[in-house]
Amino acid sequence: MKKRTLALFLALTLLAAMLLPGCAKDNTLTLNVYNWGEYISDGSEGSFDTIREFEKWYEENYGQKIKVNYTTYASNEDMYSKIANGAVSYDVIVPSDYMIARMAEEGMLAPLNFDNIPNAKYIDDSFKGLYYDPENRYSVPYTYGIVGVIYDSNVVAPEDVGGWELLWNEKYADKILQYNNPRDAFGTAMYMMGIDVNTEDKAEWDRARDVLVKQRAVLGGLVMDEIFNYLQSGEYAIGSYYAGDYFTMVDNQAENVDLKFYYPERTNYYVDAMCIPECAQNKELAEIFINYMLSEEAALANAEFTYYASPNSLVYENPQYIEDMGEETMEILYPEMEDFSKLYNQYAFRNLSQEMQTYLNTLWEEVKIN
Amino acid sequence: MKMKTSAKIYSAIIFLFLFAPIAVLLLFSFNEAKSLSVMSGFSFKWYVELFNDRNTLNAVRNSLVLAVSATLIATVMGTAAAWGIDRIRSNWYRRVLSTVTDIPMINPDIITGISLMLMFVFVGRMFGAATSLSFWTMLAAHVTFCLPYVILQVLPKLQQMDRALPEAAMDLGCTPLRAFFKVELPEMLPGIITGAIMAFTLSMDDFVISYFNVGNDFQTLPIHIYSMTKKTVTPKMYALATIIFFVTLGMLMLSNLVDNDDSRKLRQRRKEKKGRN
Repeated sequence: MKKRTLALFLALTLLAAMLLPGCAKDNTLTLNVYNWGEYISDGSEGSFDTIREFEKWYEENYGQKIKVNYTTYASNEDMYSKIANGAVSYDVIVPSDYMIARMAEEGMLAPLNFDNIPNAKYIDDSFKGLYYDPENRYSVPYTYGIVGVIYDSNVVAPEDVGGWELLWNEKYADKILQYNNPRDAFGTAMYMMGIDVNTEDKAEWDRARDVLVKQRAVLGGLVMDEIFNYLQSGEYAIGSYYAGDYFTMVDNQAENVDLKFYYPERTNYYVDAMCIPECAQNKELAEIFINYMLSEEAALANAEFTYYASPNSLVYENPQYIEDMGEETMEILYPEMEDFSKLYNQYAFRNLSQEMQTYLNTLWEEVKIN
Repeated sequence: MKMKTSAKIYSAIIFLFLFAPIAVLLLFSFNEAKSLSVMSGFSFKWYVELFNDRNTLNAVRNSLVLAVSATLIATVMGTAAAWGIDRIRSNWYRRVLSTVTDIPMINPDIITGISLMLMFVFVGRMFGAATSLSFWTMLAAHVTFCLPYVILQVLPKLQQMDRALPEAAMDLGCTPLRAFFKVELPEMLPGIITGAIMAFTLSMDDFVISYFNVGNDFQTLPIHIYSMTKKTVTPKMYALATIIFFVTLGMLMLSNLVDNDDSRKLRQRRKEKKGRN
């Protein structure tokens, strides 16, 4: 026993010694990238390994070795708290729109030097002047998305399709899913009723609450990520989610399910954009990385991997990409729009004032109790 | 031994609850499709995928590195601490000390996590570091919460030991150091091993404390998986969990085998002793 244990310990020590991260050599630059999970082409399923390719590309072009520390988060709030309490410094982050607005306001973002990001010219002009960064100082859009309604065409009759009303349709009682978070749930009701989702008028919010309370009678459940499995399996037939995620569901739907998608007239838009936090240690390298992410090869790979729409013209005008995605997918991912920024600035969620946020939470409790 | 029907049903239900989730996971890790609702065919696709996923493998490696290093440090420190606590003459002082060392164990993880992070950031800022959290702070955090478990396992072994044993060894010419290695360490060993195994599992498992103390260069597996929840968790993770399950099962069986072997030897030795008497 004794010898065996000793051997075990020695083996473990050896293992630890072998695996322990070696000290970084002085001439190696490091870049700390903090992104959403599963949000970059990572070499799986034979795809382009963005991070590794960037490291290679940098060494070839600048003659210096770099090491990219790539870590991931699950929500904007997770990322925000890591940076806000000054615990860790990152060089590149990818927050969503409302979080960019908040971080910019709090002075947590560094203005970008676009001389180092020449590829930013490929970003379509309609993605400039968005409310969260009106002067385009802090961010370069990475992906965007539009919320739509997803339904099972084997269950839902064609004449019922078209608006947010489908989520209130009594014919499909107990087959309908609603968001389990107040902002998105109230959004569905407010878009349907034509109310401004960023209004500070409490009476308007009250009206939306009444409509949501009425919906409870036909609802199958309140869900977030679970919606994937619920709709794929055919357990429920109607829900609302992002276009990019709809494709993931279609890829995995059961045999007797035929999911379809449409955009109601008014709906929610989001943009996730690359930014450099104020605390970045290597701003120029971060800008070079952002520029690389906008290059044709990387941007294409990421758009194909994430299945979200790209604001980069190198992507959505690329014939190979259009062919790979297929006509139907392209129509859903990139619907005809006169001007993205106009729709976006009118309909996208913005940060609510503290008072409205509290009021919304109270209303949400009332909806849930009913 | 015959079981009553009700007892049989009861244990069946317990086993069902314990193992049904693992069975589902195992089944779907071999599913050809990505779905949890359709079983479209048997395939090793997700296992292949897993071994091509550099980020996930890196997270597994990080988790192992951290768990092994934290276990080694916590085991050595914990054993030394237990040995020291056991030697304290004052009853009152000894009790206070062993209670204090238990605190990290009783404390909710989230409080341990936040307080450690605050301390690291506070110290980091004092020295003007841009990044206060790194592999080393993670290691310190893991050692901190593993320590009490090692102490808790080793201390009773020392208390069970006859105090006269090391003294007798020294009487017979052992140096104190030799007496420690020849007499005390073997007595403590079962406790040390259990403590080390517990420390390893806890460190591998930990999400909450790691979540608050993770830096920008070192992400462990639980945090990596958590960050995937914005989209759906891919079946790659089922494959990974299946592998981890079988590795753990194998280790458990091995350790039981060793254990049985030991207790058989012990029984035999006792019999021999009795025979001599």
